[in-house]
Amino acid sequence: MIAYTPLLVLFPLAGFLFLGLAGPRLRNEKLIGIIGSGMVGLSFALALGILMQMLGSAPEERKAVVELFPWISSFTGTMGSFSVSVAYQIDQLSILMTLIVTGVGFLIHVYSIGYMHGDRGFWRFFSYLNLFIFAMLNLVLADNFLLMFLGWEGVGLCSYLLIGFWYEKKFTGDAAKKAFVVNRIGDFGFILAMLLIFVTFGSLRFDTVFAAASILSPGRTVMVWITLLLFLGATGKSAQIPLYVWLPDAMAGPTPVSALIHAATMVTAGVYMIARCSLLYALAPVSLEVVASVGAATAVFAATIGLVQNDIKKVLAYSTISQLGYMFLAMGVAAFGAGIFHLMTHAFFKALLFLGSGAVIHAMHEEQDIQKMGGLKKHLPVTYWTFVVGAVAIAGIPPFAGFFSKDEILWKAFSSDFGSWVLWLLGALGAVMTAFYMGRLVFLTFEGKERFGHDLHPHEAPKTMTVPLMILAVLSAVGGFLGVPKSLLGSNAIEHWLEPIFDPANHKLLITEHDIVWSEYVLMAVSVAIAAGGIYVAWVMYLKRTGMADRLAARFSRIHRVLLNKYYVDEIYDASVVNPIVTISDEYLWKGVDTTIIDGSINGSARGIGAIGSALRRIQTGVAQSYAVVFVGGIVLVVGWLLLQSH
Amino acid sequence: MNTYLTDILQSGALMITTITGIVLLLVEANRRGRPATSFALAIVGLLAAGMTALIQMPAHGTGFSGMVQTGGFASFFAALFAVAGAMTIALSRSYLARIGWFRGEYAILTVFAVVGMMLIAASNDLIILFLGVELMSVCLYVLAGLARVRDRSNEAALKYFLLGAFATGFLLYGIALIYGAVGSTNFEAISAAFPAISAHIMFLAGAGLVVVGLSFKVSAVPFHMWAPDVYEGAPTTVSALMSTAAKAAAFSGFLVLFVRTFHFVGAGLNTVLAVIAAASMILGNVVAIAQTNIKRMLAYSSIAHAGYMLAGVAAANAIGLMGVAFYLVAYAFMNIGAFAVVSMVEDDHEQHLTLDDYAGLSKQRPLVAALMAVFMFALAGVPPFAGFFGKYYVFLAAVEGKMTWLAIVGVLTSLISAYYYLRIVVLMYFRDGAADVAAKPSVLTMVTVVLAALLVLQLGITPSVVVQAAQRFF
Repeated sequence: MIAYTPLLVLFPLAGFLFLGLAGPRLRNEKLIGIIGSGMVGLSFALALGILMQMLGSAPEERKAVVELFPWISSFTGTMGSFSVSVAYQIDQLSILMTLIVTGVGFLIHVYSIGYMHGDRGFWRFFSYLNLFIFAMLNLVLADNFLLMFLGWEGVGLCSYLLIGFWYEKKFTGDAAKKAFVVNRIGDFGFILAMLLIFVTFGSLRFDTVFAAASILSPGRTVMVWITLLLFLGATGKSAQIPLYVWLPDAMAGPTPVSALIHAATMVTAGVYMIARCSLLYALAPVSLEVVASVGAATAVFAATIGLVQNDIKKVLAYSTISQLGYMFLAMGVAAFGAGIFHLMTHAFFKALLFLGSGAVIHAMHEEQDIQKMGGLKKHLPVTYWTFVVGAVAIAGIPPFAGFFSKDEILWKAFSSDFGSWVLWLLGALGAVMTAFYMGRLVFLTFEGKERFGHDLHPHEAPKTMTVPLMILAVLSAVGGFLGVPKSLLGSNAIEHWLEPIFDPANHKLLITEHDIVWSEYVLMAVSVAIAAGGIYVAWVMYLKRTGMADRLAARFSRIHRVLLNKYYVDEIYDASVVNPIVTISDEYLWKGVDTTIIDGSINGSARGIGAIGSALRRIQTGVAQSYAVVFVGGIVLVVGWLLLQSH
Repeated sequence: MNTYLTDILQSGALMITTITGIVLLLVEANRRGRPATSFALAIVGLLAAGMTALIQMPAHGTGFSGMVQTGGFASFFAALFAVAGAMTIALSRSYLARIGWFRGEYAILTVFAVVGMMLIAASNDLIILFLGVELMSVCLYVLAGLARVRDRSNEAALKYFLLGAFATGFLLYGIALIYGAVGSTNFEAISAAFPAISAHIMFLAGAGLVVVGLSFKVSAVPFHMWAPDVYEGAPTTVSALMSTAAKAAAFSGFLVLFVRTFHFVGAGLNTVLAVIAAASMILGNVVAIAQTNIKRMLAYSSIAHAGYMLAGVAAANAIGLMGVAFYLVAYAFMNIGAFAVVSMVEDDHEQHLTLDDYAGLSKQRPLVAALMAVFMFALAGVPPFAGFFGKYYVFLAAVEGKMTWLAIVGVLTSLISAYYYLRIVVLMYFRDGAADVAAKPSVLTMVTVVLAALLVLQLGITPSVVVQAAQRFF
């Protein structure tokens, strides 16, 4: 099975090429949908097969590298000679990521058949989605940094193409551009980190780099630089402070895209990358502290904005940023397994919530304002119940998936050697807000009085959309059982599974397993109480005493306005970074440097070269005798010079 | 008798091509008026030769009393020449029919030209080298003048022949001088005698004249003057063959002689090659900008590319050897593709050959325009197409060979070249043009061009295929 690993990647590539080339001629939506989903389904089936094989072998035999072809090589054989292969690495971490990407990806592909029905870019949408899966699988399966970077850029490109999918609207184009530009900042960090890794270790292969890193001792400055630059890349791709600003705007894309790329898979690439490089981070404890602080801060910061947003997708977008913050918090306190566990459960319930919101938007004829909804429960029963499962899961109510993963992170944030009560408090604060805004979202959308026009008759989405919702709801409900902690008599299967990946880092950080202590139960109880409390407050404010939310907003109007306007971060960035750059570019660089100096010199030299070309052209008289004369001149020079050399 | 049989079997590609040529002669003599049969036979024969060459690549050896090498380098280039020859024949079928010169002798001459090319790459003796150069050249002289009622075709053939004969004289004189210095024409003997004779005045003069002779064949400055006139006047598919396979053959002569036999030594020779390389890069790219006829533009571009590749030869190291080999393969496919598109756009009376005729091509023939764009990007050296790695390797070789200035000249002139390559793309996609250019191309032509484009892309994504072959050349 493992030998077929390249097929994992090639199926979606084939789908992309076929749909991209033949798509305009395939007039049949069903066929396009089946091909698009089928290719991802095949990859998922193959990934399952590989997983089965891995489960059947001893833990130390679960890692394999399958080389497809050598990619770039300079065979000087000296130090610093550079060679990279297109090779895929199967191990416990990459197979888990592959299953998430292809599994959730498959469901979202199927959902899109219904959601994108009738769109004139139907084939284009599916070919982009396939391309995205291809790029994402390259990212998670690569056995070296360069191929990973190729995937990293590839998913960025797909994200750009899909955010701006409805390119007729100016806003989507702007959002796509913003996502691309902001991500470039992060990518720049990634590139610099990659160069530093090559300079330091002389290779870009994970195996070689990590083997060399495992004999280093912590505290080298270069490791701090490498890890911080990698983390800069992660803040771009995974929407963390300070580069998170693109993600809320990215909601301009079709909702399945928000579910697949901007919730379940692509945005977790930064988390995966840190998990993959856990050993490098273990060599730079300072960077771990940075990661933890940024993660915790983002978790709280984004949650506060989510409290007051009225666009159903914006609430989910800030929620995603906040949940990604939890994953980075986990990475930062060296609870790598917990972070990946949360990545997985989050993929389930956030994909579910986004797809559910898509069904709502679909039913409401592109209305996204939750203030204009309400009472949808009886019109959209399947969407409602699955949405509730997702909401309860993210809020952290046991035994749904989010409870186990979030609780694990909070516990580690408190108890780990790199954690502290401050980090725990921030995490808990974020959790209570999460429960509140999810409660608010459910109550405003589905419960209470109908606040939309009577001419609107919302109806349930087709089967292609509801079945994926149901499957994701089941996963959101039971997915957490993969990681039941020892304190709850579980075996924490997922962290155990990932142990071989994180052992080197844990070893380096001298992390050992803790015994169960009473405080773990106390904190667990606290987090359940928090979650229930958050939902309860939302229930009181938005259902029981409906005027209360408005009164509170009026009372604290200043805070409310700040939150509603997202702390004016976009405006601050505009004023402090974007506008000065635009002004400098426009007034000085363009009109001054570019037009006069560069254009002048380019045009001048182009004219010069053109003139030289025209002049030289005249030597080409067409007379063979004169050609022979030039020829003889050449001979005289060549032979004459050589004879002078011979003394 | 037995050893000869082994020799023949070991030089499989050369033999298959020769036999194909002889069979074609017989077929043409007996079945008049059926050129299609000859074309099909030639393509099959060349592809069989190419396959044989690829199969025989791992086995190294010499044959025919040490006159030729087999396997490795010889096979690598034999495969390239065979494939390039087959491709140009495939492209010529509908083109020649259209301009009214669909004759069986075209296939025969191409096949024998390929035999000559294979001899150059396989040569292990100066005499074989010379024989190969002449066999190839004579065929090409005739091919250039194939459309014999056309003035330009005649002019091209005559100029090529006159200047070619001139160059041949110097090549042969150079060979004679080297023989005079060493006392043998065998490469191994020359190689063995090397340290003692490397500063010998007779040897240096001989080597210089060989440089001149081969520089003429690769159209390097200042021995390039024939190229624009000949490429413009010759039938377009013949120009494709001359600028790719024939150039690659002359370069294989450079490699086998200067890199293998002269062991990279003789700093004077390297400097001469570097100067010729720089001059070719500069002149080729600068003058290409001023061209309005696309065939002339491609001719100057071809001079520039000869310069890039000579930089790899001048660098005189293993990367240079590998880089030039890679470059030749990449250049063969991208330039055959470019000339093929030119032959599709060209009409029956040597019209539609100016750059302006490409305006708006993307609207009439989207696929043809897209393919042309691929070839232009590849020629400009834009990744992920093959041209990028070609340039990367030869410039890398120049830097490693302590000729950083040459790499800088290469990069700067590449920058200039982007202008005239991308101008075609701009014209095709962003300008409106006349509606009547470009008749519907034949299936065979389209398949060949698509194949060329795919190879250009494939080599750009997996350059290591060629790199690994190049590591086992000798």
